[in-house]
Amino acid sequence: MSLKYVDEFRDPSLIATVANEIKRSIDPERHYRIMEVCGGHTHAIYRHGLRDILPENVELVHGPGCPVCVLPTGRVDDGLAIASQPNVVLACFGDMMRVPGTKGTPLELRARGADIRMVYSPLDALKLAQENPDTHVCFFAIGFETTAPSTALTVLRARELGIGNFSVFSNHVTIVPAMRAILDSPGMRLDGFIGPGHVSSIIGCRPFEFVAQRYGKPVVVAGFEPLDVLESILMVLRQLRAREATVENQYRRIVPWQGNAAALRALAAAFELRPYFEWRGLGFISQSALKLKSAFAEWDAEARFAVPGVRVTDPRAAQCGEILKGVLKPPQCKLFGKECNPEHPVGALMVSSEGACAAHYRYARLDEAVHA
Amino acid sequence: MCLAIPGQVVAFVAEQPALVRVDVGGVRRNVNIGLLEEGELALGDWVLIHVGFALSKIGEAEARDQLRMLRAMGEDELAMEEVRGYSFAADDGERR
Repeated sequence: MSLKYVDEFRDPSLIATVANEIKRSIDPERHYRIMEVCGGHTHAIYRHGLRDILPENVELVHGPGCPVCVLPTGRVDDGLAIASQPNVVLACFGDMMRVPGTKGTPLELRARGADIRMVYSPLDALKLAQENPDTHVCFFAIGFETTAPSTALTVLRARELGIGNFSVFSNHVTIVPAMRAILDSPGMRLDGFIGPGHVSSIIGCRPFEFVAQRYGKPVVVAGFEPLDVLESILMVLRQLRAREATVENQYRRIVPWQGNAAALRALAAAFELRPYFEWRGLGFISQSALKLKSAFAEWDAEARFAVPGVRVTDPRAAQCGEILKGVLKPPQCKLFGKECNPEHPVGALMVSSEGACAAHYRYARLDEAVHA
Repeated sequence: MCLAIPGQVVAFVAEQPALVRVDVGGVRRNVNIGLLEEGELALGDWVLIHVGFALSKIGEAEARDQLRMLRAMGEDELAMEEVRGYSFAADDGERR
């Protein structure tokens, strides 16, 4: 057993107990595939070496819950096309700065003269607009339901203050349609899901009920400590053994079953579902992303700027899509650790700490070196 | 990207009902509370902060768990950088 960093957590002694319970709950003849939907869980699983304490026949499959990873190259290009307009500032989260578009990353475009700034909050972007009334500030919005309500309130605030030189390029996506797309994709065999923790603090647990009811797969919404992740895996395995499929909430200390009503109201006030949206690796998924309502067209970058809107396929050799769907593991991609590495990422999964490739590069390779 | 940072409410902000002042590991910043119900927060309460907004009210024990988790994930520096970086409400000379 090589569990790293556990001393820092609550009840480290419980880890061994839960690991033993997991062993007792499984059928040794059966192979289990459990998807952790959220990139934060992917990071935690690698960081703490949790794979090492799971039985070999319990496989964790990394899911699509990493915002920069699922953003297709065409949308990066669209954002950079906005940044290339005269008198425009593009404001991005730090995670976006190194994501490659066709003609380079936001950082590289900035080095060539575009005005691209890093912000920590959409409200920072709005403040930039207030401070620079002669410039247009566009916020490159990414993120799942954890982040989208903050963008919604920022747009509502822009309207309230009458700030006309501000817009949002919305790439907000919703997790449930992506889970449905994965469940419907041919050849995908999954036994259950570790549900996203912070997304669920907004949307609650009920949106996952269809996974249990229609697909017969357990979902356990999980926290991010090693014990949380292991307990959640145990809860999934116990449901499988009892031939049950329900939604359970392991992360009750943060996630209310009904979600966050105020945040859901903010989302509903500013956003509506797009008919469809392209996800890297998963293709076009209907009603899986958020656009500003027409009442907010003045603040909608896609209504203000002519973006190319061109679909760009990933570099042929890169297999980001297969990894995002859980069909391949990071080291099975031909570019992994060679042309594609954290210094020079070819695909977005190598950029974010929540991306499966970056996590595998950073932690698993170290393990392999140690065990070699 | 999906950092959720625990902070303690140390003051309400006069004339800006949408903001409260929070303390995160000794750094004090204003954050937006528009994603919580009105009147939900009192002085001394703990909140989880994400991109400048309080996402939910949490207990003190949960806040300490969350802080410990960020440290163990190697994300505590990133979290402090994010909080220090909130410029929309920097009005106390602490900026940068």
